[in-house]
Amino acid sequence: MVFPGTWSDRDCAHAVLDVLQEPVRYIDHREQSVDGLELIILPGGFSYGDYLRCGAIARFAPVMEAVADFANRGGLVLGICNGFQILQEARLLPGALLRNASCEFRCEWVHLRVEQSNSAFTLDSRPGQVLRIPISHGEGNFFAEPETLDALERNGQVVFRYCAPDGRVTADWNPNGSARNIAGISNAHGNVVGMMPHPERACEALLGGDDGLILFRSAIHALARVAV
Amino acid sequence: MPAVIDRSALAAVALDEEEYGAIVGAIGRDPNDLEIGMFGALWSEHCAYKTSKALLRQLPTEGPHVLQGPGENAGAVDIGDGLAVVFKIESHNHPSAIEPYQGAATGVGGILRDVFAMGARPIAILDALRFGPLDSGRGRHLFEGVVAGIGGYGNCFGCPTVGGEVYFDEGYADNPIVNAMCVGLVRHERLRRASADRAGDVVLLVGADTGRDGIHGATFASVEMDERSGERRPAVQVGNPFLEKLLCEACLQLNELDGVTAIQDLGAAGLTSAAGELAHRGRCGIDIDVDRVSRREQGMSAYDVMLSESQERMLILVRPDAEASAREVFDHFELHADRIGTITGSGRMRVREHGIVVADVPLKALIDGVPLRAPAAAFAEKRLAPVMPLVEEPEAILLDLIASPNLRSRRPIYRTYDHQVQDNTVIGPGFDAALLRVPATNKGLALTTDGNSRYVALDPCEGTRAAVAEAARNIVCTGARPIAVTNCLNFGNPERPQVFGQLQESVRGLAEACRALELPVVSGNVSLYNETSERNIPPTPVIGMVGLLDDLSHRCPAGFQDDGDIVFLLGETREELAGSEYFRLLGAPLEGRPPIVSFEAERRLQTAMLDSIGRGVLRCAHDVSEGGLLIALAESALYGGRGLRCPGIAGPVSREATYFGESQGRIVVSVAPRRVPELQKLMAKHHVPLQAIGVVGGEDLQVGSDIRISLDTLRQAWETAF
Repeated sequence: MVFPGTWSDRDCAHAVLDVLQEPVRYIDHREQSVDGLELIILPGGFSYGDYLRCGAIARFAPVMEAVADFANRGGLVLGICNGFQILQEARLLPGALLRNASCEFRCEWVHLRVEQSNSAFTLDSRPGQVLRIPISHGEGNFFAEPETLDALERNGQVVFRYCAPDGRVTADWNPNGSARNIAGISNAHGNVVGMMPHPERACEALLGGDDGLILFRSAIHALARVAV
Repeated sequence: MPAVIDRSALAAVALDEEEYGAIVGAIGRDPNDLEIGMFGALWSEHCAYKTSKALLRQLPTEGPHVLQGPGENAGAVDIGDGLAVVFKIESHNHPSAIEPYQGAATGVGGILRDVFAMGARPIAILDALRFGPLDSGRGRHLFEGVVAGIGGYGNCFGCPTVGGEVYFDEGYADNPIVNAMCVGLVRHERLRRASADRAGDVVLLVGADTGRDGIHGATFASVEMDERSGERRPAVQVGNPFLEKLLCEACLQLNELDGVTAIQDLGAAGLTSAAGELAHRGRCGIDIDVDRVSRREQGMSAYDVMLSESQERMLILVRPDAEASAREVFDHFELHADRIGTITGSGRMRVREHGIVVADVPLKALIDGVPLRAPAAAFAEKRLAPVMPLVEEPEAILLDLIASPNLRSRRPIYRTYDHQVQDNTVIGPGFDAALLRVPATNKGLALTTDGNSRYVALDPCEGTRAAVAEAARNIVCTGARPIAVTNCLNFGNPERPQVFGQLQESVRGLAEACRALELPVVSGNVSLYNETSERNIPPTPVIGMVGLLDDLSHRCPAGFQDDGDIVFLLGETREELAGSEYFRLLGAPLEGRPPIVSFEAERRLQTAMLDSIGRGVLRCAHDVSEGGLLIALAESALYGGRGLRCPGIAGPVSREATYFGESQGRIVVSVAPRRVPELQKLMAKHHVPLQAIGVVGGEDLQVGSDIRISLDTLRQAWETAF
């Protein structure tokens, strides 16, 4: 999905097309339909310059109605970084992403503990598995009301938490101040996932690691299951 | 000389009376206000290089792989596979001194446009920064603002900031240095030259509307500053990286259209400069109708429109029959394009407002006619290095050095920059050089910026030679072969003989070094008048260099890799301490002879390195530079998270020079034990001296009985916050 100001579109396409050899189509923000697609990625970037509020303008893009329908029908949707912010603004995922607690942009490798392997994007992983994937954002501080957080935990919608390399979840390893170290969540059905880290940047050993592949491979397997 | 000429009006555009006379001679009459403004901007030091042009002719600009040398928006070099690397470095010092966030942000924006105007997709940004000490409020304000501005622009635009350097020195307290380098890639056949070639072509102005921001920014950057410079804040432009991203994508699509004949960035001196250069490069003329220019505010005069430096604007030249297809591209990106004029065969720039010609000047005079200046040069007397006390506690000194602002980890800075977007960053910031994958190939591009102004202050020629040599060593340490240079010469007020002497000697050193290493200079920028209230900056040439690695699997890291590997020092250590960070730490006056480069030795070292890395002999390589050998060893240990056991370092020089001297032409390497004989043979073959230093392993950095510091302690010092 390409909004004005999106820039991880080419990186996501590289991961899916060049690395995993799966076909890719760029969706323009003005399209009315997403028919024929099996998986939609809302990539990172600064849609509309992040002016007003991250994702706040993009969610009004014509294509977003079709994306909401697609998601509500069980289609697989992954929102990465700015894409996560847009999914929240579109109310496809709960919570909000505030300015990092450090008040600074942060680009660095972090560790994520998989909390939930039932989501479409973590099927191939096991709970407790630690993935090394980079972050790159200024506003990734996950916030939700305590009741919402409790509900997310209860329903198994917390997909990733920031953690130490050995999997311990502590405040020291929380790069942005996110509530309960939450790095990624899903909707109730697990078909829509939003996360601040960039799995598409972790798909090749040459670039520092390929733990991100597990998300894309999981989605491909989830689609195969549906097809069967 | 006409009697009516008002000196204060000339001073406002920084022209002198001789220059006014030359304008009158060129146009055959007294210029009107608009014409004076246009000449003032284009004949400013910033645009016309009137003080440096004659010197710059010494630089080698050609080579078998050079596709575009200086004179275009950026230089371009062939890297095989039908691809060209396009790059340039530029200063944004004056605006950053006044408004650090926007000054730095628009510096990044300007250099990005230079690269995509050539048809190239920007793939990397590097920044060379210099500030005064951080213990003053102003120093911190400038530092934090500049770093935030670079990140704010580059992160939003989506081009990774992969390298650069930052140093702190009292001499930059008033005038910070902000140099931004951008690197891009383009297929040969789509490399653009911004040159009009046919009368009748349509001139489109696309991107941001034109406002009153930045009027006379070029002039402002061509005079010294004073306590009232803060009032020049309106001369600083405001950036919109989001719009730039759209503009970039649109230009890259336009670049694929055959009916688009030129793309030109609007930078310093705005529309006047962009339109004039575009037309003059092709020996054409240009007619502009200012009424057609969309504006941000009402009541703007032709003068405002022609000299505005509003950001995120490009000029696009199209054949008349291609305008519609160009407009389809703009529409796709929801960009606004005005048809503001036409290319003519007149050789003149004619500006119309309300149907009346308000300026009419010959382009040859406007672009090329400035009388060159040849100021007096004076050369500082060279003094001997001070005698300093012997090192009593090398361990404490090492810890102080590695925690000092010039040597500590840059991570707190670069982690605020997106250095990974575009998925090509193989080696990111924080090492000798960054290494990027060339997309869809197995090749790598190594990128670095370098320049030690302490050496240059001691000896401008030697110091600049050292900057080139160090940049090349940084490239070579990754395994890549240096291929070309861009440079930014930041100096004080050239009307002061001492400063002009520095510039002259520095350019001589640059030319010598580039010839010796067979590196063409394909682009560059000169920033003079970095002076406030009669205080001039230290002379600061910054070298940007690009290297090519044919096979990324041969890349070489900078950190120790495996316990048991043997560490060697390549190159020769001499008794060279003047200008060192060690002397700075001790509070020694800046005197003496800086480290001297032998290009003979430098070439042998670099050839030997590439030979060794190509054969897979080296496990790691790290340039020995600021801080000397112990700092280089400590850094390799910290990068790799592995200690070093060294029984002691013997040498022909004092212990101080052995540990902390900054002799050039040295690299620390590590090799697996079984390959030591091979390394020895290779170094013998290339006549490079090598000295065994120690063995990788353990939790400490240990050097004889002098030093035993745990990596944790070392890391704590290194990671001292800014």
